[in-house]
Amino acid sequence: MTSSSFFDISAGAYIAAVVMYVIFLVTRNRTVGIVATAVICFGFVSQSIALIIRWVNSYYFWMEAHTSSGVVEGILRGAPLRNLYESLIFFVWCTILIHLIIEFKYKNRSLGAFVTPIAALALLFIDVSGVSKEIEPLIPALQSNWLLFHVFLSFIGYAAFAVSFGAATAYLVVVTESRTEKPYIFWSIISGVFLIVLLGMGIDFISLTALERGEIIRNHFLKSTLRSSSSAVVLVSWIASLAIIFSIWYLGLGLKKVFSSLNLTANMLDDIAYKSIAIGFPLFTIGGLIMGAIWANSAWGKYWTWDPKETWSLITWFVYALYLHARFVGGWRGKRVAILSVVGFVAVIFTYLGVNLVLSGLHAYGSG
Amino acid sequence: MEEKEKIDIFESAWRFLASVKLAIFTFIIIALSSIVGTIVEQGAEPAKNIALLAKFFGDNAAPTVYNIFAAMGFMDMYGSWWFTMFLVIFSINLIVCSIDRFPKTWRSIKKPQRPLPENSIKSMPIRKELKAKTTLNVAKDEFMNVLKSSRYNVSEASEDNSVQLYTQKNKYARLTVYVVHLSIILIFIGAVIGARYGFKGYVNIIEGRTTNVAYLSPSESYPLGFTVKCNWYETQYYGDSSTPMEFMSELVVLENGREVMKKVIEVNNPLKYKGITFFQSSYGVLNGVMDDFVIEDTESKRQTTLQPKLTKFPNQIGSFVIKLLPLNGQENTIALRRGDSFDIPGTDIKGTIVGFSPTLDRDRMTGALGTSEYYRDQMLNPAVAIEVEAPGRKPFVGWYLKGDPTWIMPEGGHELEFIDFRGVEYTGLQVARDPGVWIIYIACILMGVSLYLCFFISNKKIWINIAHEAPGKKGPVKITVGGRTNRNKLNFEKEIEKLLSHASDAIEGRSKK
Ligand code: HEM
Repeated sequence: MTSSSFFDISAGAYIAAVVMYVIFLVTRNRTVGIVATAVICFGFVSQSIALIIRWVNSYYFWMEAHTSSGVVEGILRGAPLRNLYESLIFFVWCTILIHLIIEFKYKNRSLGAFVTPIAALALLFIDVSGVSKEIEPLIPALQSNWLLFHVFLSFIGYAAFAVSFGAATAYLVVVTESRTEKPYIFWSIISGVFLIVLLGMGIDFISLTALERGEIIRNHFLKSTLRSSSSAVVLVSWIASLAIIFSIWYLGLGLKKVFSSLNLTANMLDDIAYKSIAIGFPLFTIGGLIMGAIWANSAWGKYWTWDPKETWSLITWFVYALYLHARFVGGWRGKRVAILSVVGFVAVIFTYLGVNLVLSGLHAYGSG
Repeated sequence: MEEKEKIDIFESAWRFLASVKLAIFTFIIIALSSIVGTIVEQGAEPAKNIALLAKFFGDNAAPTVYNIFAAMGFMDMYGSWWFTMFLVIFSINLIVCSIDRFPKTWRSIKKPQRPLPENSIKSMPIRKELKAKTTLNVAKDEFMNVLKSSRYNVSEASEDNSVQLYTQKNKYARLTVYVVHLSIILIFIGAVIGARYGFKGYVNIIEGRTTNVAYLSPSESYPLGFTVKCNWYETQYYGDSSTPMEFMSELVVLENGREVMKKVIEVNNPLKYKGITFFQSSYGVLNGVMDDFVIEDTESKRQTTLQPKLTKFPNQIGSFVIKLLPLNGQENTIALRRGDSFDIPGTDIKGTIVGFSPTLDRDRMTGALGTSEYYRDQMLNPAVAIEVEAPGRKPFVGWYLKGDPTWIMPEGGHELEFIDFRGVEYTGLQVARDPGVWIIYIACILMGVSLYLCFFISNKKIWINIAHEAPGKKGPVKITVGGRTNRNKLNFEKEIEKLLSHASDAIEGRSKK
């Protein structure tokens, strides 16, 4: 079997796991929970196999073009962190790994309902945005060990931030009491937006498969709904989106009851949200900012140029620094810091995808 | 009175500059204004940003909004006075805050830990109580053992009816945040030194030529103090694709005409000499005036203007390598300069090199020639224009593409192959000297290490009070445990629970014997 069929299996497993975790949340049936965990483990194993196969293939791909290259160099240059597609896959892998560790450590699988959708979102995004899945030759600027460590560490950091985001959102669900509370409105809108994007990409995916014409896939992100060329479709999508946010807002209090019966305590969620940042922040500082700067310096002689990608990493870094200071020195507690953790992850998403897709810059090497 | 007022003003300014509120405020300001800086393209031509602003504010308002933004420095924001000011406020805040807090932290580290009354242990963030049927001494010994095996250095204080064990670990962990902050200040210092005493420039060197300056801007040169020569420049591609595999140039450093250093540089592998580093950053073909060419289409006899951009270059550099394969003659490879002519041996056919394009492609369907504007300066598929004169025919110009090599000349089936174009590429180098970069690197290492320590090593303090429940040194003992930490309270709580269960297991074990 090829690497991509293993990837497809894992993608299917993760998406199935999202559904099962949600069913588990609603029914609280232990068997469903165990099956959900099993499915996700299966997906994880198959994704790991896919990564290894891809690594081996990229190794030979590199060695073929660089006949004088050493084995270690070939292994480093072949590491599957070479473009947007591979980094998204690696991000999903890390997120699932951290999720499994938490599930095992805290012996509580309800958080899965919040973390697996992030992984599913990333996987769907790959298909609808048309990012290239080919093993591509490395252009000269990307042939750097610093770049490799930079991408590797940043994405573990991003995955930790994703988990913190999931925990912080769940925390907000647990601690808010009424529909008129601002943090309640905040979490219902944020999770509504995530759900809308997830659904929108799901629809993109289905319509893409339905219309498969063998043409080169371009960026189809939300093209079947919110960004459709037909204004009627756009209008309906907006109405549907508002309806989704409204229903989450309206039904959210029910979710809170489900949570409290699942032993998802506010303290535990707050602890996971903080710990993930405690892991993510140093990794992101060292990998994202420092190694990125060293790479830039070794390639261009400038460690900092304020290009959009760098600036957005700095903004992200500031949001998490704000989180730490607000929490430990400013005396902020509970809801306010949870909101900061959510905002931090929104900044991460923008740094990671928004800059490549929306803004352009020095680093935008993965645009579809 | 006046004196006192002055002190008050100083005092409140200091409080303000040391406050974490100010830090939170500057964090937010810097982050928000940076967002604007990533949307508005920095240092771009006005038209670009006006077009961008029109999307947000409409066509009519855009120029006005642009002018307001430009006046506020948003078009070159990261160098603007107010952005610099916020960075300065940020660093002053950080320095003042550290100076303000450090002595207190230092004193609290140096202050020896003291035994505490039972009541204050009971009100600590982490507190546990248990009772055991045993003697004071047994309980004390067992707790001592358990603590020691977890590498705590235990002190003890005894009173009549009670004994207290107290201990702490990693007291210097409290200093790591200061190192984190110091490293941020060091980064600022390094950046300022780099900007003040270093330079960032660029230079293009034609193959075979030398330079002893770099350029800070098109009109401002910077003397290097030595000479750099580019022997050659080369782009390597992956197979037959147009994806570059490596950009490389051979550079030679000359001092007083003597070669002192030679290196083939690549992207990510620069040359460094006397503190100045040369980075491979671009390349190109020497570019001159463009001219259009008129050729005659041999079939339709229609005069058409050939649009591919032609590049004029000085005659003295660059040569075209051409292989001639006359029908019944000897294969012959010749090198020619622009304007040079050649004969097909044994015939009256004469060719003259009249033009050149670094990149020319023939459309597979229509056969039309064209050049993508984007690749205009890159030597992707060089082509040469040759004017052919044969007796009894009107002279005409034909294009010979390197990527499409063998062409049969219309006159009598002689073949001509354009092998290569040599010698007028230039290498584009970034040139930089940054004496601050070492400070930045040291700061980065400090920051990495101290951040890690800051999050994963905490200062842990434990007090264990063991007392007889009833006075008179008899009966069961009551054990009160309290703990404090500066980080990861939940983990520490688990650790204390473990210590307790180990100790109480051991105590029970002894009382059974
Ligand atoms: C982006 C820049 C900054 C970074 C990365 C940073 C990093 C940190 C970190 C990691 C901590 C430890 C937090 C914790 O307990 O988990 C900390 C604590 C602290 N920071 Fe910053 N900091 C920055 C800027 C500032 C600024 C501008 C101030 C100015 C007031 C400041 C004041 C403090 C204070 C007072 C503490 C608490 C120290 C203590 O526990 O004794 N920081 N900082």
